[in-house]
Amino acid sequence: MSLVTTIVDAPVLRHPYRLIRPFRDSLSAGSRNLIAYWRVPSLLVFTTIQPVIFVLMFRYVFGGVVSVSLIPYPYVDFLMPGIFVQTTVFGAIGAAIGLSTDLQSGLLERFRSLPMSRSAVLGGRTLADLVRNVFVAALMVGVGYAVGFRIRVGVPALLAAMLLVLLFGYALSWVFAAVGLMTGNPETAQAAAFPVMAPLVFASSAFVPVSSMPGWLQAFAAHQPVSVTVAAVRALCVGGPTATNVAEAVAWSLGILAIFGPLAVLRYRRST
Amino acid sequence: MPVAIRVEGLVKHFGEVYAVDGVDFDVAPGTVFGLLGPNGSGKTTIVRILATILRPDAGRAEVLGRDVVHQADEVRYLIGLAGQFAAIDPNLTGAENLRLSGRLAQLPGRVAKERAYELLDRFQLSEAADRTARTYSGGMRRRLDVAAALVQRPAVVFLDEPTTGLDLHSRNELWEMIRELVAEGATVLLTTQYLEEADRLADRVAVMSMGKIIAADTPAALKAQLGNTVLEIRLKDEAEAVRVVQLLARATGVTADREETALRISSPDGTRVLLETVRSLNENGIAPTTLTVREPSLDDVFLSLTGQRTSAAPTEDAPEVGRARR
Repeated sequence: MSLVTTIVDAPVLRHPYRLIRPFRDSLSAGSRNLIAYWRVPSLLVFTTIQPVIFVLMFRYVFGGVVSVSLIPYPYVDFLMPGIFVQTTVFGAIGAAIGLSTDLQSGLLERFRSLPMSRSAVLGGRTLADLVRNVFVAALMVGVGYAVGFRIRVGVPALLAAMLLVLLFGYALSWVFAAVGLMTGNPETAQAAAFPVMAPLVFASSAFVPVSSMPGWLQAFAAHQPVSVTVAAVRALCVGGPTATNVAEAVAWSLGILAIFGPLAVLRYRRST
Repeated sequence: MPVAIRVEGLVKHFGEVYAVDGVDFDVAPGTVFGLLGPNGSGKTTIVRILATILRPDAGRAEVLGRDVVHQADEVRYLIGLAGQFAAIDPNLTGAENLRLSGRLAQLPGRVAKERAYELLDRFQLSEAADRTARTYSGGMRRRLDVAAALVQRPAVVFLDEPTTGLDLHSRNELWEMIRELVAEGATVLLTTQYLEEADRLADRVAVMSMGKIIAADTPAALKAQLGNTVLEIRLKDEAEAVRVVQLLARATGVTADREETALRISSPDGTRVLLETVRSLNENGIAPTTLTVREPSLDDVFLSLTGQRTSAAPTEDAPEVGRARR
């Protein structure tokens, strides 16, 4: 066995598959992130326990004060679509923490010296987050069911709602991937993410009807992406007009992806 | 003549700071080239440019005839990089880390797996293969990191301060592996803060200071220029130190540099100077507080080349074997 090769002209021919390289590399890089969930249970516990606490808190602590007159059906059915979306927003911060940690540890240096696709580290990370979100979304449906959430429209509509949640979560993973690469260390990444996340999640229709908020806040709360996505998910869960809501939500997610995907990749190429 | 690495007029600045300020050098295939310098002298920046991680602001660099900017992807198939910090995933096992590196270096999965176990064996990590890297000692992590740089059998290997922070045993093992690499035909570019290390491993050494190469030669020639051995004598007071300087000048013909009560003599003929110094001190009834004989350190190189000390603490920074050698 030899440690090195002295033939210097052959290796470039080793990849006649330039087109599939980004996908193969994303799978390789993503498997690394998934293994981390398996090996470091605290990562998964954080992303699962926390939303469960939110469910219990809003269902049993705050739920009682939410004006019933504004919601024509049980609060739990109003709450769960909000929880599904909120969970993916909070979970997406993991991409920022993970990537800034990799940046700090020198792992990204090695990756950038390898003949791998320049989008694969981010593609892998967001893919792993997507897989985690499938798991977390399924868990949240179960938890919701336990506290009284019921399928009111049908299983296909619920699955469509979940796809919407996953799409939104995937788009946010790219946002926070860019944040992680820009901040460069986990503490700053977390500090930078929270002020963005908090108003998006709490000044939204996720937990309370927007109409209960002061007028100046309603304008923001009704049109920001979390509310739009929650509205679409809620329409699919409890019934009501869906087409416009869903189209708007999909447009937000695709728009976020179109901006932050290239931005994150650009940032990855340049980050030092 | 074929060239493995060619660097021409390389410049890289970060804002106002010129990390690399007009550097030229060539490295012949199958040789070890040492970049020697203190922290912040620009060694790592050069490695990062050669490894396609950073783009230079001016000048150019080639690895085996491929431009590191315009043919970066081709260059990446040919190189292996082990940076200053062990670039391994602590949540993956040793074997998983190597397989991941192999797959990302575009080896077929089966080849990456075989290669991972070959390297684990070669780097004496077989027993720890299935443990997460989090549980590895510092020396094991560094070995795994170097192994990961070699999965794709790179023709050119960059090792950025590979032995910094390693204990003696781990360092000697790593040196042995670097020699094996070269014996098998690889070209190695190594950065180090230790003259000892450059001397042991490199065929040619470039000494860097503030982004520039201030000397480049074979280690033997550099050392000849510096004097092979450094003799340090500490005396009980300055008056005595001044007296000893004069005494030594007469008795042995060497010039000692005095800094308060400490004398430093650099000589290509260390054994003779040591004997004559001791005899001369003894004849005059002078007992020094300490007397040390050592190899020249990076600090001595700098003192000789620039007249300035490196910012780091001088002799303590040199590896311990520097004193014990010969």
